[in-house]
Amino acid sequence: MNDNNARRVVSVIVVNEASVLSRITDLFSGRGYNITSLTVAPIPESKYSRLTIVTSGSVRVIEQITKQLHKLIPVLRVYEHADLVEKEMAMVKFPANENIADISTLCEVYNGKIVNVGENVIIVMVADEPKRVDNFLKIIKRYNPKEIVRSGAVALER
Amino acid sequence: MQINGAQMVIEALIAEGVDTVFGYPGGAIMNVYDEIYKQKDFKHILTRHEQAAVHAAEGYSKASGKVGVAMITSGPGFTNAVTGLADAYMDSIPLVVISGQVPMSLIGTDAFQEIDAVGISRSCTKHNYLVTCAADLPRVLKEAFHIAATGRPGPVHVDIPKDVTAEIAEFDYSVVLELETYKPHIKGNPRQIKKVMEAIANAKRPLFYLGGGIINANAAYEVRDLVQKTGIPAVETFMARGVLSYDDALLIGMLGMHGSYASNMAMSETDLVIGLGVRFDDRVTGKLTEFAKNASVIHVDIDPASISKLVNADYPIVGDVKNVVNEMLELTAGVESKKYKAWRETVQNFAKLHPLAYHEDTERLKPQWVVQRVGELLGDSANISTDVGQHQMWTGQFYPFTRPRQFISSGGLGTMGFGFPAAMGVKAATPEKISINFTGDGSILMNVQELMTAVGNKLPVINIILNNNYLGMVRQWQTLFYDKRHSQTDLSVQPDFVKLAEAFGGIGYRVKTKEEFDAALKDALEKNIVAFIEVVVHRMENVMPMVPAGGSLFNMMLLEKKGDK
Ligand SMILES: Cc1ncc(C[n+]2csc(CCOP(=O)(O)OP(=O)(O)O)c2C)c(N)n1
Ligand SMILES: [Mg+2]
Repeated sequence: MNDNNARRVVSVIVVNEASVLSRITDLFSGRGYNITSLTVAPIPESKYSRLTIVTSGSVRVIEQITKQLHKLIPVLRVYEHADLVEKEMAMVKFPANENIADISTLCEVYNGKIVNVGENVIIVMVADEPKRVDNFLKIIKRYNPKEIVRSGAVALER
Repeated sequence: MQINGAQMVIEALIAEGVDTVFGYPGGAIMNVYDEIYKQKDFKHILTRHEQAAVHAAEGYSKASGKVGVAMITSGPGFTNAVTGLADAYMDSIPLVVISGQVPMSLIGTDAFQEIDAVGISRSCTKHNYLVTCAADLPRVLKEAFHIAATGRPGPVHVDIPKDVTAEIAEFDYSVVLELETYKPHIKGNPRQIKKVMEAIANAKRPLFYLGGGIINANAAYEVRDLVQKTGIPAVETFMARGVLSYDDALLIGMLGMHGSYASNMAMSETDLVIGLGVRFDDRVTGKLTEFAKNASVIHVDIDPASISKLVNADYPIVGDVKNVVNEMLELTAGVESKKYKAWRETVQNFAKLHPLAYHEDTERLKPQWVVQRVGELLGDSANISTDVGQHQMWTGQFYPFTRPRQFISSGGLGTMGFGFPAAMGVKAATPEKISINFTGDGSILMNVQELMTAVGNKLPVINIILNNNYLGMVRQWQTLFYDKRHSQTDLSVQPDFVKLAEAFGGIGYRVKTKEEFDAALKDALEKNIVAFIEVVVHRMENVMPMVPAGGSLFNMMLLEKKGDK
């Protein structure tokens, strides 16, 4: 990798305890590292949580991020790797007068569907690789989306 | 046994073998102070400012090698202590700092003297805790001491709400720590150590680059053996002064911004840097792309994050430096000291070309003379602290250090106000040694209230104030890089330092000549009470050599030869 600002995904396993998330985010802000997205949830039946952080930087910066994360006391493991299965979810709100059939077909292409139909709005969700979610969000612009929310990526190594 | 949280703090400190605590009480920590009143196992030294309590704990720790302990109250007590935490963090000093906090029921309500202490200390501690119930206290305190002292050492902050100090729970300090997520790497990789020794054997101009980590790891005597056995010359960082004795023939000197010509040139010419317990600080390396640019780099450090952070290590070894150096000592068979003879001579010639020196002045004392003179008179019998500024660099350059833990100074953070309280901590830890603090007319006023602590606790620190009527180091930069615009650095308006010391019950001297200085030092030693020796020194003296910030190590400004003005 000679790209100086490559996108990287870092997974961090931490002890579930008060302020552990601030320790992580403080480290990123304090040392001037980027966070593109960050997700966190407990790992079932354990005392740990898993964070998935999408960041960017040169090889040296990513190496420092990994080492500095590891130095934090409640951090059990840090994975930084290229070979990942990544998924991200997005939800989009459209005006109810848009073409529901078209939108629904599009969603299916991106592993999604319509999840709510109301009087004034319809809400859809898709779950796919972050790049494909980008695509989806580009394409649906023509249907006048009113609100978009993305979950941030989660990832597992192959 | 069932005891309250405050009693647990006392029991834990006793179990950890703490003999001295530095602190300052207040509302939120009063339950603990009540228990301090009732016990006789350790001494509590009341400083006159929380910052000083933490610096004193740092000095105590640096001189003794033990974990330093400070205790403070919530809110302003805690915020006053933050500079000390940051200082200890930057210099990897093991501390446990215990603060009171408002009761759990009031947390988050902007209660009186409430501040988010763990939020503030997070970025300047190795680890921190907000203890939410007394049942957690034994484990937390035990972890705090363990984390502070192991791996790369550092300060740990424990914040305890007042109701937790009153709450009763089971205290069992024999709890076995289960720190699944904290396992410092102590032993260096044996194969890598072998490769390192081969690289050393094959090098033509190897150079030891010795750092403060060696002192933290208590590895100075092992390093002395290694240097001796291999015959490889060595440079020390400011933080490593005393690792080698000043008269060790293989010690070139201190490197970096105010390092000696020979040290900086050796670093620029070496073909193999052997970095032990160092972190390639910018004050050491100068311009990174030019740093040791002909060399491969060996880097031994306990902190993986220090390795290849700034300078790529060709031979990284994560491990405790004592452990690794002991392994290296086993493998010196292939290293031939005589092979480096020409290199040693090259280095000696550098030193002959531009030795570390200064010019005497007929009218006023030179600050460097004062440092040298104290070295001649007291040498090994004194522990030396400093404040921050020119006087600090002159001390690093000119004092003849003979042993590790002799020199105590704020390196990473560069905290003015560190020296005096630190010197009190040093005295408390090593009462058999003389405790000298070289300070400046600026710095000394940043914790001058500690005169009272020193008098009250019979800590006869001798503060040698090198008075140049300037914030000298800043003035030097203004002279050199800001076209002599001496903005806000003139300290012509000054207290009467003699009366100041006397007002607190100490003793003061103001001296202008060598004879007066010798007499004052002798008298202060005899009186054995806290002293100010104000030495009127040359105002415009600059610390030389100097590598301008961001410049290359080999591009030094040098002492002007006598005569060329
Ligand atoms: C708390 C703090 N404030 C400001 C500085 C910036 N600073 C570095 S050296 C210095 C001058 C110190 O003056 P003095 O104590 O008289 O020492 P001298 O350089 O004159 O020997 C200053 C202001 C600092 N290091 N620490
Ligand atoms: Mg001064």
